[in-house]
Amino acid sequence: MTADTLLARITDYANRPDPWALYAKLREAGPVVRQADGSYVVGTYHEIAALLHDPRMSVDPRIRGKATHKPPFLRLDDPEHHRLRTLAMRPFGPPHSPGRVDAMRGEIARITEELMEVFQPGRQVDVVDDFAYPLPVTVICRLLGVPREDEPLFREWSDALVASADVRPEEDSTERDRAGDQARIEMGRYLVDLAEQRRGHPSDDMLSAFVNEPDPALRLTAEELAETAVLLLIAGHETTVNLITNGVLTLLRHPEHLDQLRRDPDLLPRAVEELLRYEPPVHMRERIPLADIDVAGTTIPQGASVVLVLASGNRDPKRFQEPDRFDPTRPDNEHLGFGSGIHLCYGAPLARIEAQAALGALLPHLGTARLVQDPPPYRQNAMLRGPRHLPIQL
Amino acid sequence: MRIVVDLTRCQGYAQCVFLAPEVFQLHGEEGLLYAPAVADGQAERVREAAAACPVQAILVGEEVSAGDR
Amino acid sequence: MTGDLRDGRIVIVGASLAGLRAAETLRDEGFTGSLTVVGDEPCPPYDRPPLSKQVLLGQAAADTTGLPMRRDPDADWLLGVRATGLDPLGKRVMLADGESLSYDRLLIATGTRARPWPNPEEAALDGVFTLRTRDDAAGLAERLAAGPQRVLVVGGGFTGSEIASACRERGLDVTVTERGPAPLVGALGGTLSKLAAVMQRNHGVDLRCGVTITALRGDGNGRFIGAELSDGSRIDADVCVAALGAIRNVEWLADSGLAAGPRGIACDAGCRAFNMYGIVTDDVFVAGDVSRFPHPLFGYQMLSLEHWGNAVAQAEVAAHNMVNPGPLRRPHLALPTFWSTQFGLNIKSVGVPTFSDHVVIAQGSLEARRLTMVYGYQGRVTAAVTVNMAKSLDYYTHLIETAASFPPPPGAADRAIAADIPIPSDVPDPKQLSHGPTVALTGYLPDRRLTVVQPTG
Repeated sequence: MTADTLLARITDYANRPDPWALYAKLREAGPVVRQADGSYVVGTYHEIAALLHDPRMSVDPRIRGKATHKPPFLRLDDPEHHRLRTLAMRPFGPPHSPGRVDAMRGEIARITEELMEVFQPGRQVDVVDDFAYPLPVTVICRLLGVPREDEPLFREWSDALVASADVRPEEDSTERDRAGDQARIEMGRYLVDLAEQRRGHPSDDMLSAFVNEPDPALRLTAEELAETAVLLLIAGHETTVNLITNGVLTLLRHPEHLDQLRRDPDLLPRAVEELLRYEPPVHMRERIPLADIDVAGTTIPQGASVVLVLASGNRDPKRFQEPDRFDPTRPDNEHLGFGSGIHLCYGAPLARIEAQAALGALLPHLGTARLVQDPPPYRQNAMLRGPRHLPIQL
Repeated sequence: MRIVVDLTRCQGYAQCVFLAPEVFQLHGEEGLLYAPAVADGQAERVREAAAACPVQAILVGEEVSAGDR
Repeated sequence: MTGDLRDGRIVIVGASLAGLRAAETLRDEGFTGSLTVVGDEPCPPYDRPPLSKQVLLGQAAADTTGLPMRRDPDADWLLGVRATGLDPLGKRVMLADGESLSYDRLLIATGTRARPWPNPEEAALDGVFTLRTRDDAAGLAERLAAGPQRVLVVGGGFTGSEIASACRERGLDVTVTERGPAPLVGALGGTLSKLAAVMQRNHGVDLRCGVTITALRGDGNGRFIGAELSDGSRIDADVCVAALGAIRNVEWLADSGLAAGPRGIACDAGCRAFNMYGIVTDDVFVAGDVSRFPHPLFGYQMLSLEHWGNAVAQAEVAAHNMVNPGPLRRPHLALPTFWSTQFGLNIKSVGVPTFSDHVVIAQGSLEARRLTMVYGYQGRVTAAVTVNMAKSLDYYTHLIETAASFPPPPGAADRAIAADIPIPSDVPDPKQLSHGPTVALTGYLPDRRLTVVQPTG
């Protein structure tokens, strides 16, 4: 098989449980691998890192005619990206709200504890449905100010949106795009309505902060608010579920490291970073060059689709020693789990705290647990890769 | 416990500020200031911040003991 | 040979950032011999950048900036002891307490000290400070906390600007005098220095450029009360900080035969010191602010840097080369990098901005207070400075390292309107800025030829 079908094979659902061998082929064929359809794939660490910092690499789908509406900041370039991300950051993080995420630790611990009740000896639990999904959903609902009981409603929208954003090179995306667009509009309307209810009656949540911003220069328009809120709600729960589930799966596959963490819970922050390298929740991101760009001897033409396989960069032996080894004590772990550059994951600190709380609470229960199914069934999505279910026997 | 941040490497991702806001703070939009001597009770947060730094710029350790000779 | 290099006696003179990092690296590299670190300050190695920021802002005490160790270097620390001389033939370092230390290999990392106010009587006035050491910072921070009427900062370089910024943040009135046309002009050139001037004035600094201080005034009881300026004006102030740059700590090497002068100790790219004839030594190494070293990306010019990152990188290379034989030795090729945070701006620089003839604003804008300025010399990129845009610095680092053509290629999404219109970089002629010496040769016999450093005004 030739290298110009690598992306199709990587995104083929049959390879979801183990894309790592294909990533190794991608790096061997690279650094920059042209696909038969004219797109490009990059799987080596240093080239990915350079492209993530290259100001000529756009994230805006409108450049390839993939959207007509103005996307959220995740898919906007500077300076507009910077303006909107900074506004979205005001109620969430520094410099305006530096203690906001740290102050949620107690609540996250309480939610975790409640969810832990199903972890009784002798029982079989689905780590995804019983724990790793409800935890971040509950947290992002509290943070944004979205009623938790509306979850069935926005889950449907979220599924459609995440499917439309996936990388599926050999599939006609018309129907997915239409469904995604519809979901985006409905979800945006729903969230703006929620926000409007709080205008003049602020409560301690981000939607309130957005609509009650006193300075007109720092206020989001209704359209910007809709796009931002949709992005935060989806990103807030579609990714962390993978991080937690991948964490449980990895620890159960590596009992020696599970023991190590049980003995030394101080290692947990570094273990989470190693998970972000070894089994990241986001496997790839797309970029579009605004000019012809030379990368390691290949010229990528302006306007081409460039898929950066972050998860492959995380396993690049030119950057990490023994990259296929899970090592919670790994030094110098500059992984690409949250990306890098100006688009580095907005919610990364929240995801870290959630993953640490979740895995920390689970550690005492995993010593005698075993995987019921290995590999577990995976979600369809290649970009946001993670198990759909993870049944374990306690 | 002491910290030093390699501000040559720092790119202002502010992950440390999120995770240990009493130790690290942004100065303006992007500059980083921090308390070099870690207060009691902040050690765990500081270790989290050091692990999370996207450019691994935070060094946590002990200073040279004045008694050494 | 390798076995020998990993054993023996190593002495490091200088117990600050470079000295500490070198000591740690020596052990990392497998050095098992005896290691002694000599420092003239009585305290263990500490970090200096916070002294003009957190400490002056009152957020951290001056005695809390002790540097964490990467590992315990298992060294003998001779602290509070000044090195007074070097006998390279007998391989001994003489100390102020009359003792001496013998070495097999020596690392010199004595750094710099603050250039004092030139008039000693005026400099001794109560209320007149310099800022370099922990004690300097403690004294100055105490005065700032007491709420002086006005602080006079002499010199608008990075240290002076950061001091002024801290004063404004504390609500103190402050005057900055700068002999050049604008602050930071010597380091960043004309365009960014104008932004720096605007930022200072917007933040309420009384900024006086193109002037010098002709005298510091006392009240007759030894207290500083103000200054007289070259334009005939007077300033009333109760605290003065002379931020006039640094002096390299090389005087103790005057009789050593090393190439040590006001711009530092010359060494090769492997950190080996030159003697005054320009012959490289093999047992004396140099690292940090006190060194001058050639850099291939900048025409092999001998760079004298006062950068935190350079001290670390050069110390690591020096330490590696001290315990490895010739073919395994490494060059010190790190790009110069520095940062400053002042008046709400985070300024970062990579490359050598003064090694330039033109600049462009490649991304962002002066109006937005968020931009990347790229510096070029004879058609290639030699430096970049970001203002509140640190995440883009990696990209320009790569352009400098690959000697990419200047102006940089188009295509940045936030490309400035004038990104393809280079303007003169407007850096001062280095000859005007330097206080460098010229060297003369004396003597006739081959073994009696000497170089003599002739200080110039």
